[in-house]
Order: sequence, then C-alpha cells, then structure tokens
Amino acid sequence: MLTKKEESHLLKKMRRKPNLLEIDMIDAEWSEHCSYKSSKKFVRSLPSRGKRVIVGPGYDAGVLDIGDEDVITIHIESHNHPSAVEPYGGAATGVGGVIRDIISMGTRPIALLDALRFSSIVEDSNASKSKWLFKNVVNGIADYGNCIGIPTVGGDIEFDNSFKDYCLVDVAAIGLGKKNQIISNHAEEDDLVILAGNPTGKDGIRGASFASKLLDDEEDRSAVQIPDPFLEKLLIEATIEASDIKCISAMKDLGGGGLSCCLSELSDLVERGIEVELSAVHTKIPDLSPNEIMISESQERMVYIISKKKLSSFKDIFNKYGITYAIIGKVKGNDKLKILYRGKPIANISCDLMVNAPPANRKSKKPRYLKIPNKMSRHHYKIDDHGKTLLRLLSNPTVGNKSWIFQQYDHEVGLRTVIKPGANGSVIRVNDNKFVSIKLDGNSKHCYLDPYQGTLGCLSEACRNVISTGAEPIGIIDHLQFGSPENPQIYWTFMKSIEAIIDYCKFMRIPVVGGKVSFYNETMNSPIKPSPVIGTIGLIRDRKHVTGNVANLGDTLFIIGQTKDELGGSEYFDATSRFEYGRVPKVDLETDKKNGSAVLALIQKGLVNFAHDCSKGGIGVALAELAISGNLGIDINMEQIPSSCARHDHLLFSESHSRFIIGTNQADKVKRILKNRKCVFSEIGKINETETLNLRDSGEQIIGLTIGELNKAYDAMNKIMDGS
Amino acid sequence: MKVGIVVFPGSNCDRDVHHIMNDVIGINAQYVWHTQKTIDEYDALILPGGFSYGDRLRAGVIAAKSPIVEAITKKANEGLPILGICNGFQILVEAGLLPGALVKNEKLKFSCKWLEMEVLNVDTPFTNLFKVNDKIKIPIAHGEGRYVIDDDKIKELFQNNQVVFKYKDQNPNGSTEMIAAVCNKRGNVMGLMPHPERASESILSPNKTNSNARLIFLSLKNFLTPYIEN
Repeated sequence: MLTKKEESHLLKKMRRKPNLLEIDMIDAEWSEHCSYKSSKKFVRSLPSRGKRVIVGPGYDAGVLDIGDEDVITIHIESHNHPSAVEPYGGAATGVGGVIRDIISMGTRPIALLDALRFSSIVEDSNASKSKWLFKNVVNGIADYGNCIGIPTVGGDIEFDNSFKDYCLVDVAAIGLGKKNQIISNHAEEDDLVILAGNPTGKDGIRGASFASKLLDDEEDRSAVQIPDPFLEKLLIEATIEASDIKCISAMKDLGGGGLSCCLSELSDLVERGIEVELSAVHTKIPDLSPNEIMISESQERMVYIISKKKLSSFKDIFNKYGITYAIIGKVKGNDKLKILYRGKPIANISCDLMVNAPPANRKSKKPRYLKIPNKMSRHHYKIDDHGKTLLRLLSNPTVGNKSWIFQQYDHEVGLRTVIKPGANGSVIRVNDNKFVSIKLDGNSKHCYLDPYQGTLGCLSEACRNVISTGAEPIGIIDHLQFGSPENPQIYWTFMKSIEAIIDYCKFMRIPVVGGKVSFYNETMNSPIKPSPVIGTIGLIRDRKHVTGNVANLGDTLFIIGQTKDELGGSEYFDATSRFEYGRVPKVDLETDKKNGSAVLALIQKGLVNFAHDCSKGGIGVALAELAISGNLGIDINMEQIPSSCARHDHLLFSESHSRFIIGTNQADKVKRILKNRKCVFSEIGKINETETLNLRDSGEQIIGLTIGELNKAYDAMNKIMDGS
Repeated sequence: MKVGIVVFPGSNCDRDVHHIMNDVIGINAQYVWHTQKTIDEYDALILPGGFSYGDRLRAGVIAAKSPIVEAITKKANEGLPILGICNGFQILVEAGLLPGALVKNEKLKFSCKWLEMEVLNVDTPFTNLFKVNDKIKIPIAHGEGRYVIDDDKIKELFQNNQVVFKYKDQNPNGSTEMIAAVCNKRGNVMGLMPHPERASESILSPNKTNSNARLIFLSLKNFLTPYIEN
C-alpha cells in the first residue's frame, strides 16, 4: 500500500489522479522489494568500480571480466516470505528467478549456491516446524536446480531461534559467457516487445507487496508462485541460442511485480517508452483482468525486445523448444509505459516516475539491547571436558557435516565442479587453466551483537574461504536481510552493516558487483537477527593453485593469525549456555589483508597441500574437520598456538578472524616467507596415521578423540533428518 | 567414426558427453535433436542424462514415446551400439529396449555422490577394455535410479550375462542385487545409472586421480575402430 507521502508525490508528478491499475502498478514497483526505497541511497555508496567490473550492481546480474574475453555474471536473490509459507515452491521459484537474471545478461548459468537460515532443528518445541521448512526448502532447490541441469555447488547454513516460524532462502547464481555476448540492452523505436514462457495466471499476485510487509499469517499462499523447472530449462536454451545469433536487443526476466515492474525497468534500461496490448498476453485462464495480468508473478517468463527483421529467427528458435510467446507491444520514442486493453488505453505512466520511488527517509537509533551487554558479560557456564564440548559443537547442524543437503543437489552436472561442496569455497572450472572460486558466508549471531564487526567478519570469512582454495578475491556480492526498516533500531543495524561493507571493500580494493536488500523479515514473534550474507568470488589462473582441504599424511600444520579472547556470539557460548552477549571477534583490516595475501602467496608458490579457514567453532572444529576429511590423525601442541587467551576452552573455540590452518611438506620455506611478511604464525603439529585427534598443552592431554568419535558427532544432521 | 548424442527437451548432460567424447576420448560426437528424421549416419548413439520432459509422469516415459525412439529401436535391433546414461537408461527401459524398471530411490531423495561399482560383463561395446571384477570409482546423481525387476526374471538376467555393473559395498538407491547397469541380450544396448562422463577427467574426481570409468567410452572407441577401418 502506498503511503500518504507517496500518494501525494504521485499526484504531483502525474498531474492527475492515477486510476486503479496505475495504482496497482506503482504499488508493486514502489514496494520495498522492487524499489529499494529505504536502502537505495546507501547501496549506491558501495564501492562498485574496478578494472574487472563490466557491469556493476543493477537490475540483473553483475558482470566481471576474467580475462581472455571470458566474463562471469553473478547475482544473488532471496525468496524468504514465500519459502516461509510454502517452502517447496518458494525455494524452487527463488532458484528460477536468479537463473533468469543470469540469462538476461546473455550468459549461460554454470553454478548455483544457497544460503539458508532456519530455527533450531534439535531439542526445541519448534523443531518439527523448522525441520519441515528445512526439508522442503532443500527439496525445492534440489528439484529445480537438478532439473534445469545447473549444479548447486555450495552454500552456507545457520540454525538460530531468531528465525522461528520463518526462514531465509538466498540463492546466488554464476553465469559464464564471452565479453562480446553480453546483452547491451538497447532498443529502437518500433522494435517488438515479446513475452515468452509460462502463460500468465493468478499465481503470485501481489507477491512483491507481500514480501514488503511482515509475515502475519499463512493465508497468503496464493501470493507464492508455482515452479516449472522444465520450462525454465527450455527458456535457458532458447534464450542462449537466440542471444548467440544476436537476435535479442534487450531482455529482462519477470520477477517481483510481474509484467508491470519488468516493463518499467526494461524501459528504463533501454531509455525508451513501451506500449503493450494486454489482450495479446497468453494466459492460463480466460478471465484474467488487466490488473491481474500486469502484476501476476507467474514464473518462467521473459520479455524480449527484438528488431522486426529478427522475428523469423526468433520464431524458429522458440518454436523448436516449444515455448509459447506473444508479441505484446512495441518500443516507442517517448518515455511512457502505455498499457492498452482491447485497443483502449488503460494506463499511461512515465517510466522515470515508476522506477524512481520517492526515497523513504528512515530514522535510526542504536538498539537498546546493545547498551546492556557488557554488564552481563561475566556469565557462568560449566567448563566441561573439552573433548565433550568439541563433540557437542560438531554435532550442532550449523557446524557439522552438510552432506544431507548437498547430496540432494546435483553438484556435478556441467563438468565444472573441481572442489565440491563441504570444503571451503567451491571451485568451478572455466577451462583447464582458469577457475572461479565462490563462497557465501554469514553469521547472524555476531551481527546481532555487533552489526559492524559482524558484517566485517562475514566478509573476512568469505574471502578466507575463497583464498583457501587458491583464489584471489575479485568481487563481492551482498544480501542484506533485516526486519522492518520502519523500526529505527533495526534500521541502525542495517546502516552499520552497509558501513562495514564499504570499509572492507574499499580497504581490500574488491568491488561489490551485485547485491540485494531484503527488509520486513519478521513474523508476529519478532524480527530476525541482522543477517547479511556475503559472497566472495575469486579467480585462479593456474590449475596447480587449486587447493583442497583434505589433510595429507606427514604434513606439518601451521596456523596463521592470532587467537584472541573473542567469544561473543560464538557457537561455544551458544552450545554451553545459550549466552547471547559478549565481545564478538573484531576484524583488523591490515592483519586480514596481510594474512590473506600471505596464504595466497604460499599456495601460488606450491608450498601448501591443503588449507582451511578457522571460523565457527574455532580451532577445535577446524582441526576436527581436517582430521575427518583425510581420515588421519593430528597431533597439536597447544602451547605453540599464538594466542592471548588465558583458558583452554577460549583458545579452542574462539572465533577470531583472519586465521588459516595450512598443511605443508616444506616447513622451512613456509616459515621463512611468513616471517618476511611479518605474519603472526606458528608450527603447531603434524598429520599422522593414528586416526586420533590429540591436543596437548605442555605434555598434558587436553583433547584425545578418535576419528570415529568425531565423525559420529559431525554427522548429526543426517541423523536428525533421516534418523539414520 | 561418428557418434550421435540424442538430445530431448530437458536433457542436461548432452553438453558434458559431447565434451568428453570430442575433447577427451577423441571421438567425433554430434548432437541429434529429437525431431531429427534419420539417424543412419551414426556408428553409435548415446542417450545422455537429464530430465527429459521434466521427468513428468515418470522419468523417461514421455521421451520413450517420441518418434526418434522408434528409429532408435530399429537401430538397436540391427545391433548398433547404444548407451543410455542415467535419464538415457530410464528412457531405454521405458522404451522396452532394456529389461526391468527404474523407480524412486529407496530413501525417496535425490542422491549425488561418488561410489564404487564392479564389472561383471566385459563382452559389450562399452566394457571390452575392462576385466571382470574391475572396480570403478564413479559418481551417481539421480532420484529415480532404483533398478527393479521381477523375481523370476532376475535369474535369467544373470544367466544371460546382462548385469554389466553392480554397486560395490553400498547400495545407494535400493536396487535389486545392487544392479547399476544392464544390457540387452545381444549386448549392444546398455544403460547405467552412474555418470561415466563425470569421471573421465582427473581434475573432476575427488582425489584428482584418473578413474578407469573413461574405459567405458574408450571401449566404444575400441569397438568402433576396426569396424570403421575395414
């Protein structure tokens, strides 16, 4: 619904009263979901320039130059509200939407990733609802991604009770193409406007507006769209075939706000007016009203602008794939979006007015809960046997094995998945000497306690994950998810998060190439914790630099980076006492850069056999994962670990940033290089064949666990979801 | 030597097989769109994986009714080597070119992972470079890959040497007798659920070493080579 202020702005600009259809169109386009009215001015300040950036953040995907005329496109979107009421369809159509953003650039989608958030699936009164959401979201992503033949190569997952009765479903997609294939989105007067794909129906009516308010009940299922991955697959092939022969001048997918938003944004892109006749649109049922046709969010639809002389080749291709299409209008010389129905004009709005919603000026105020924490920071928790604590952390589904998820995804179709899901970043082959690495990361527990440092941490972690695979970070995507922007305390956390992205990306000189803001992530219970999700894209220019995280027998282990007493928002506190206060890990930008480039240099010199980033669950979890990955034993001298922690539990489970664990068989060279680069580091132990993880401090055993014991705990998600 | 890769709407491993055949194995392979009228020019056919017609009704059943399958059936009866991978296997079963049926995995979930299978029959155009009992590391990726067949027919299948590969150690989908691949009586038509094209380059295997799965394609090359040169 338009606000009073928006209504008067509209009236002033149009110089007449808009009719009901025009109000519906404006309502969709000016929804928070489509217009970014609460975030636009901040999002615009993100550093988005760089020598590799061909197209920065905008309507569809960002485009990065990766050399030799190759480009990758990347985009991230969420489908939170729909997934919370209809998890299967909501998640599936989320995949479909982001894939169409990739093909809209003229590139072929080559990989998908997803970041998911649910409330706890263990020992909780709400667990059965949460498991239902989780199971169906994964199933929806799997069925859609598998069917269209795009591998889902990785992602991130968190379980936290601020997502009670809700969930976050973020999907990122990467496309690959040639520089000269990128659609330039231009149009001449009289070019044809064609709507292709699914017939328009009543599904997803007012979806964009639905996503721009709180989720108050579950009666809104009709606002959720229906997935058809088979048609999407045909659209992908037809669009690429048509764009390969330069048949398409401009195109855009239909997402939130349906035809209405698509046409106004397309008109904005090509800087020309568009006139369409709605009775030409192919529909699922005969009695759709013009209003419904304009704002329906039926999936698997694209709008193409082509010149008349390309029509016959366009027809050949779309007929070959059996895709229904309709010529619905023409490009005009003005800047108006004019809608006709059976020859009669029924709406006429300036595109400029449509795509420029008046910015909503939101108030911000530091949240009250952030003013109390330090008083309460001396919390009491029982210090258990550290081995038991480690097993407990490993059995937390946020930390443990994610194979229950990624084995349901076809993560190998396309013959590009070199480093498969479940490690650090995922590595995708471009060709045999060029690879792209990508990882999504988030940490809502940290961001809740300190949105600025928490967001810096997500950035640092995503970059570390990508660096650990041997890649140099070349781009960042962000998905900023918060509660209602009308709440000043929530809005404050959003602004802090943006500030962190600006600071990090400027310092590291990594451009932001795409992103999305999603507000109103609230149920009747409460808003979610601030949940930015960060994706880092990295580039590997040599096959020999591709690095996994599987432990290698006989290797010497090094840790790079200092472990500090930073347990606020840690998995350790959560597991031992549900304690939600304390100091979260701080990112020192200088150190972060130094450690990251040192590890990358070591990898590029061929000195690293495997690398692993230290994050959720700290050193304890990172070492356990290494032992499990290689099915090998590890011996660690804890007194060697550079640390300012006074206690063993804090040293083991602190989540300090900028730390890596690497394995090498050339310890002396590694030492020399790290010393020269003035990194804080030390040699901490060795990989052996004992099949036990042993951590000692000055000879005293602190942890001694077999791989069998570690594995049993680590496999918790499989047990919770399948009971086996 | 020319191999045709039969592409249906919704096939999605066609490009993968094309790459492996042309760039790795060194066989000229070309796409055959499902409406193509004649298939006389091919020395062998591969039906790749994917979700032909979105797996609607049942995996492979709609593609099995398409006109090109009539032509394929004719070629199968003439002895042309025909390989169905994953969805291709499902289509061949639905078309009646291979015995049995492929139904939903026992756990009702899609499953994508690497495993091991072993070789039982080395007398086919796709297995002539293997030895009996060879082990092959290879990935699966399917939701409807559970091979079932009537109790009375299973004996016959083994007696005729029609079970080409069996899963080893673990049964990923509940298949009868851990069957991963079968062939027709003559041995020229074979279907398998695992994806040999995903195991034909060392860089794609989990431990980055070569898998002998590529011998499936090399066997075909080997089978076709003398035939062509004569």
